[in-house]
Amino acid sequence: MTTNTPQSLSQSLPGPEDILRHELSNGIVLLVRSNFQSPSVVVNGYIMAGGLYDDDPKLGLADFTADALMRGTAQRSFHEIYDTLESAGASLNISGGTHTTGFGSKALAEDLDLVLELLSESLLHPVFPPEQVELLRARSLTSLAIRAQDTREMASLTFDQIIYPGHPYSRPEDGNPDTIQAISRDDLVEFHRVHYGPRGMVISVVGAVEPGVVVKKVEGLLGEWVNPDQPNQIELPPVPAPAKPLRRKELISGKFQADLVAGVTGPERRSDDFLSATLGNNILGVFGMMGRVGEAVREEAGLAYYAYSSLSGGMGPGPWYVSAGVDPQNVDQALELVKREVDRFANQLVTPEELADSQSNFIGRLPLSLESNSGMASAILNLERFDLGLDYYRRYPDLVRAVTSEDVLEAARRYWSPERLGVGIAGP
Amino acid sequence: MDNSFTKLQLTNGLTVLLKEIHTAPITSLWLWYRVGSRNEIPGITGVSHWAEHMQFKGTERFPAEVLDKAVAREGGYRNALTFLDWTTYFETLPADKIDLALELEADRMYNSLFTPEDVELERTVIISERQGHENEPMFLLNEEMHAAAFRVHSYHHEVIGDLIDLQTMQRDDLFNHYRKYYVPGNAILTVAGDFRTEEMLARIQELYEPLPDGSPPDHRTRPEPQQSGERILNLEGPGETTFVQVVYHAPAATDPDFFPYLVTDSLLTGASSLNLFGGGISNKTSRLYKALVDGELAVSLHGGLVATIDPYLHTIVATVHPESTAEQVVLTLDDEIKRLQDSPPPQDEVDRAVKQARALFAYGSESITNQAFWMGYSEIFDTYDWFLNYLDRLAAVTPEQVQYITQTYMKPGNRVRGVYHPVERQEVSA
Repeated sequence: MTTNTPQSLSQSLPGPEDILRHELSNGIVLLVRSNFQSPSVVVNGYIMAGGLYDDDPKLGLADFTADALMRGTAQRSFHEIYDTLESAGASLNISGGTHTTGFGSKALAEDLDLVLELLSESLLHPVFPPEQVELLRARSLTSLAIRAQDTREMASLTFDQIIYPGHPYSRPEDGNPDTIQAISRDDLVEFHRVHYGPRGMVISVVGAVEPGVVVKKVEGLLGEWVNPDQPNQIELPPVPAPAKPLRRKELISGKFQADLVAGVTGPERRSDDFLSATLGNNILGVFGMMGRVGEAVREEAGLAYYAYSSLSGGMGPGPWYVSAGVDPQNVDQALELVKREVDRFANQLVTPEELADSQSNFIGRLPLSLESNSGMASAILNLERFDLGLDYYRRYPDLVRAVTSEDVLEAARRYWSPERLGVGIAGP
Repeated sequence: MDNSFTKLQLTNGLTVLLKEIHTAPITSLWLWYRVGSRNEIPGITGVSHWAEHMQFKGTERFPAEVLDKAVAREGGYRNALTFLDWTTYFETLPADKIDLALELEADRMYNSLFTPEDVELERTVIISERQGHENEPMFLLNEEMHAAAFRVHSYHHEVIGDLIDLQTMQRDDLFNHYRKYYVPGNAILTVAGDFRTEEMLARIQELYEPLPDGSPPDHRTRPEPQQSGERILNLEGPGETTFVQVVYHAPAATDPDFFPYLVTDSLLTGASSLNLFGGGISNKTSRLYKALVDGELAVSLHGGLVATIDPYLHTIVATVHPESTAEQVVLTLDDEIKRLQDSPPPQDEVDRAVKQARALFAYGSESITNQAFWMGYSEIFDTYDWFLNYLDRLAAVTPEQVQYITQTYMKPGNRVRGVYHPVERQEVSA
């Protein structure tokens, strides 16, 4: 059916003339895009204080610090913070990642000042009340106990340890029970003092707000923030190439299903071959009902409810893997099917039809991923995070169409070499 | 939010709701059937959900692989959900491609193949899905809680079904279910997005009007008798963490008590959202969070009420603090409920719940997929007006009504109290 309505694809994609990019004198980059279709506003962003900075004995410190920011500030108690937020029906979350500590907030547009003030207080003036630190420690230890029973998470952790030996990416950002016990309130205060600062910070704001008003507000709240001690960004060490394929199992008894994660080290988001790799990944284990892997493991063999591949491509060489949940008796059979598909992927050209389908999928789904303020806010945040340029989403369809089957095979070969394959399994 | 929409019924009984939204070049289509685990009997529990899986196995015209690829190729996404009272299928697509969804849903209302080979392949997939759930302590506890709360009513089993039925159900069980419930008179088609109503309606009539008439099948409901006396349940399983779950028998979505109960739950466990897409907010200032989590008896707390055709449950779940016990959690929970039974909440606490609901609505309405979901969801147990009047009805709730709800429903005699006890790994005999 043809529609005769005001919308068109190019109109809905963000571009340089409708994204305001403003750099504060202390280095903070602010991106704003107005959308008056909905009365809400979303604030997303990050600061350069991730778990990469954690020492092994205190693994989880960055994450713990992020968790504790909203537990009390110089201006407000824990209860006052959440009373303010929840009374407005707003949300604000701050959580630690590997490279960065991220934040995300959603509110009615009338409450934008409120969430920006809470965000700024939490980042600049947290007081880490001792009783709140202990509450968080107990919650964290319980989460880790639940994690230890989660076959999917444990398969993933085991996999990370295999393919990133001795590398920061082998470590879980939320730490381990012994390291969480080792972290003191003073550690939180010190981590915050050293690592929290404006350099590298990015904020994106999308919603029913005027860009000029947002700039003024952010300038007022964060424009004076300085931290001369803020360290330079850590250089990631290279990922050591494993000598042979490795497989390891974490035994979790009493469970009904096992999880397996099989994969390799993938490309960074900024790599030239990222788009080729991610189109290839779509063919391997996403497109339609989970691509070739889903077809082989779920549709043809009936072995799993989920069997898919994933490629995140972040600030460093993140993993590229296939994941499946199967009956413990069927782990080997499922793994064989996965290896067969991976082998085909790394040795044969994808068909022109497969490539065209995935290209069309990538281009067609773009407006869907941008329809909500949250989707738009994280999309424009990525423009800055990965230096893509404000016109990236306008150029995106052409970039996607330019990828060839040969490009996909080259990327597949580069990463999916058989000797680098790691397999993590968790279950009974 | 502009609330204008079009509702009508085709001659074969299909209910149609259309809502134009021109904020993005996107359209979402949902086809709802009035069938879910509520319509199942022992021996074929899980049949609704399994039949939903079979709807992705293709027809003569749209074989499975063609179907999947056709939607994905256009950049759309599609899925299906089976719940207590309903089974629903949706496609969200670039607006100029929505015809594909209109055609495939019309086709698979009657023409799905349910081949014996596909049924057998799907059997192991669904058992695998169930095994994935069984890995979660809260699924295991929840399953036992439902069985304890509903001795008579068919809400007593999980939507995915009992393992034995998944092992033994046959192709004809599934196919008969499909033929009985997948008829226009038992279905609701909802479309929201970037289209013109006149054109959309003409196309729907062209594709759906020729489908054979079908009346909604009889469903003999077996109402759950009044519970008299608290039911207590203990479950053991692997892990280190204790979970407490308390469920109260709660009113149906159309009961006048439902909205006061929503406010009551919001005060006790935090604001719940009707959004399938669009997120929620934290609950750190809810009464039970403050008492249990700030009081170091639990590390997390959540709860909620579900809008259903028949009376269902109000659920509260706490993850017990490592230094506390399930008994302490329940004692404190009861103290908090008693506080509301003894005196109504301040008006501003009720007002706050309404503001939270308003914000959650705004977030959810950004998604066109949500907008089409809401229309069908509310038509299942009432009409779309239920949804459109939702905020007004919440705003009309008084503190005294909240007190009345806690006095009427939140009594030990009206509940099941369950505990998941972790045991050392070697003790588990699963």
